[in-house]
Amino acid sequence: MTTRRDFLRGCLAGSAAAATAVLPETACARDTLQRPPEALGLLYDATLCVGCQACVAACKRVNENPAEFTTVDHLWDTPLDTSGHTFNLIKMYRHGTMATKDAEENGFSFMKTSCMHCADPSCVSACPVSAMTKNPLTGIVGYDPDACIGCRYCVAACPFGIPKYQYDSPTGKIGKCELCRHRHQDGHYSACAEVCPTGATLFGRTDDLLAEAKRRLSLKPGEWTTIPRGRLRHAGEKALAGGEDGKGEKHRHGWRDEPDQSYQAQLGNYLQHVYGETEYGGTQVLKLSAVNFQKVGLPDLPPKSSAATSETIQHTLYGGLVMPIVVLAGLTWVARRNVVPEADEEKGGQP
Amino acid sequence: MSGQHAAAPVGGKLFNATTLICGVLIAAMIAVLFVRFIFGLGAVTNLNDGYPWGIWVVFDVVIGSAFACGGFSVAMLVYIFNRGHYHPLVRPALLASLFGYTLAGVGVLFDLGRWWNFWHILWPGYANPHSVMFEVAVCISAYITVMWIEFSPVFMEQWGLRVQRRKLEKVLFFFIALGTLLPMMHQSSLGTLLVVMGPQVNPLWQTPVVPLLYLLSAIAIGYGIVLFESCLAASAYRREIETHLLQPMAKIMLGVLAVFMLVRFGDLIVRGALGHAMNPSREALFFWLETVCFAAPFLIVGKPAARRNPARLFLAGCAIMLAGILLRINGFLIGYDTGLGVDNGWNYFPSIAEMLVTIGMFALEVLGYIIITRRFPVLSRTEAAH
Repeated sequence: MTTRRDFLRGCLAGSAAAATAVLPETACARDTLQRPPEALGLLYDATLCVGCQACVAACKRVNENPAEFTTVDHLWDTPLDTSGHTFNLIKMYRHGTMATKDAEENGFSFMKTSCMHCADPSCVSACPVSAMTKNPLTGIVGYDPDACIGCRYCVAACPFGIPKYQYDSPTGKIGKCELCRHRHQDGHYSACAEVCPTGATLFGRTDDLLAEAKRRLSLKPGEWTTIPRGRLRHAGEKALAGGEDGKGEKHRHGWRDEPDQSYQAQLGNYLQHVYGETEYGGTQVLKLSAVNFQKVGLPDLPPKSSAATSETIQHTLYGGLVMPIVVLAGLTWVARRNVVPEADEEKGGQP
Repeated sequence: MSGQHAAAPVGGKLFNATTLICGVLIAAMIAVLFVRFIFGLGAVTNLNDGYPWGIWVVFDVVIGSAFACGGFSVAMLVYIFNRGHYHPLVRPALLASLFGYTLAGVGVLFDLGRWWNFWHILWPGYANPHSVMFEVAVCISAYITVMWIEFSPVFMEQWGLRVQRRKLEKVLFFFIALGTLLPMMHQSSLGTLLVVMGPQVNPLWQTPVVPLLYLLSAIAIGYGIVLFESCLAASAYRREIETHLLQPMAKIMLGVLAVFMLVRFGDLIVRGALGHAMNPSREALFFWLETVCFAAPFLIVGKPAARRNPARLFLAGCAIMLAGILLRINGFLIGYDTGLGVDNGWNYFPSIAEMLVTIGMFALEVLGYIIITRRFPVLSRTEAAH
């Protein structure tokens, strides 16, 4: 029967197994991922936004999403939040008399709600079937409904509450902004930036957008400056497109040619913070605001992504299956000594 | 570990008040699921984008599989720590685990929004090994298979498949080892599921040691479930309670619980998160409820004399089950806040239809347990003779 040695042997195997669960972050540590160098994104400047919702309508149109009614007359598309059928929304902050735009006290402000295209997205780390993927070149976080199992772990994981599920359908998909990647091959960029009348939503390379955001922060509030609209051209990109590939429509970047739409405007009284520069390792969509970011609906996030923490734990425990195999070997060795075939036991008891 | 512990079918009628009630509950579940698969999740559940996971995930899978840890906890005691005298408890515990896990696996399909793709999770090319859920899915699928293999001697015994049985038993030790490893892996990973949600989970439950907390609590729940089930089965089938086994097992359970408490509070203090338990908030209230339930078994069966009292053993089992439920609900629902409070207005409380499915799954487990224990050699024979 049981001997002390057997018990100790069991303890040994048990503690080896327990060790697998508590090993500190060591060689398997997975750092927070950084934006790819050619990452694409948006810059949203709340002080330039007039709340016209043209971007909301354009987003609906190009993504072929149905209207969502919240008023009795069912006349207008009036979503109250992003959903499986609404990937982009301008929300409003209001306080007191709402007399002044971009004032925290007795004022109001706008904020765009759509996917931030994180450098190290929680949804991509969470997705068990690679339906959420991050493009290694553009960094766009894309969704593939044909791979998706509808577990909604991405919905739970995202700190911005962005991936949303279509609960109203037996074949519901996840809905989220994919930066209009389906329109890129035609030379179109994100519809929200294409239609924005004030340049509040600007499309471009995230590096360029970050530089543009910092330029605005470096100037004095109220100062006149040139504000680009639509797509922010990369510094090295030729100002005039069309000639390069000889086809007239597209230049070498593949984007459709557009006349320069920039205009002169007065700068807002910004908070000295580019939201998305460092949050969760950085995002590809950046935000500028005059009103506290938490008050306009953006969470206060650390520079370390939770995907990095989660994958560090997983890689420490299961990296190369080393730990499970070692523990299994130990357990097998112990079990082999302790398991008495039941058929043998019964020989004494059964006739 | 001698012949006197050989298992035998309990016998008796399969059709009685209990099985009838189970049948009605299962029928109600099927009706709800019919609506769910025709009209979508929104038609029957209160799920929303603030709470994308409801009781079908948290109860049926996360809690359900922890409750199914009896088989793992007892098998570990018998085969790894070589406590052979607990052997009569192995089969009934394994049976309950088998049902708990198999139904958790099936229950996941009800919740999957695009269930026809479920096989992607195990398919190279789709599977994402960095995902915690991938690890959970692989281990649970493997464990269900391993458990059916571990339990198959019961069927072979009943159907007289002696040759096959002898062959299987030569390699059974390997499946027992695997059956100990796999639950360790996925029970801890069920806790790790929370980590990627980051600061959306209250600091009382968001910690890097969450895998260890879920593993330790699952082992403790495993022993708690055995206390609970043994007392229940003894009273329902009018058999003698195996106090001589349950009493020392309760002591082992307290040991595991003590380690759990040490890790739990050590972690809260090191991270400086204990302050969140002092706020006048719903989260703090549920944290203390959870903590009281984890501490209760020390008061109920702390003394050796108390452990000889079957009613106290039963209560201790209930307390630890409740504690396990609270730890998991608190992490996944009570302490979870989408968008860190900036997206106000999200609420979740399960709909009647959702509860009917969870209850129906439980009824299916009870019905299966009754049918198999009455017709197959699961419970040990000696006590049946008393």
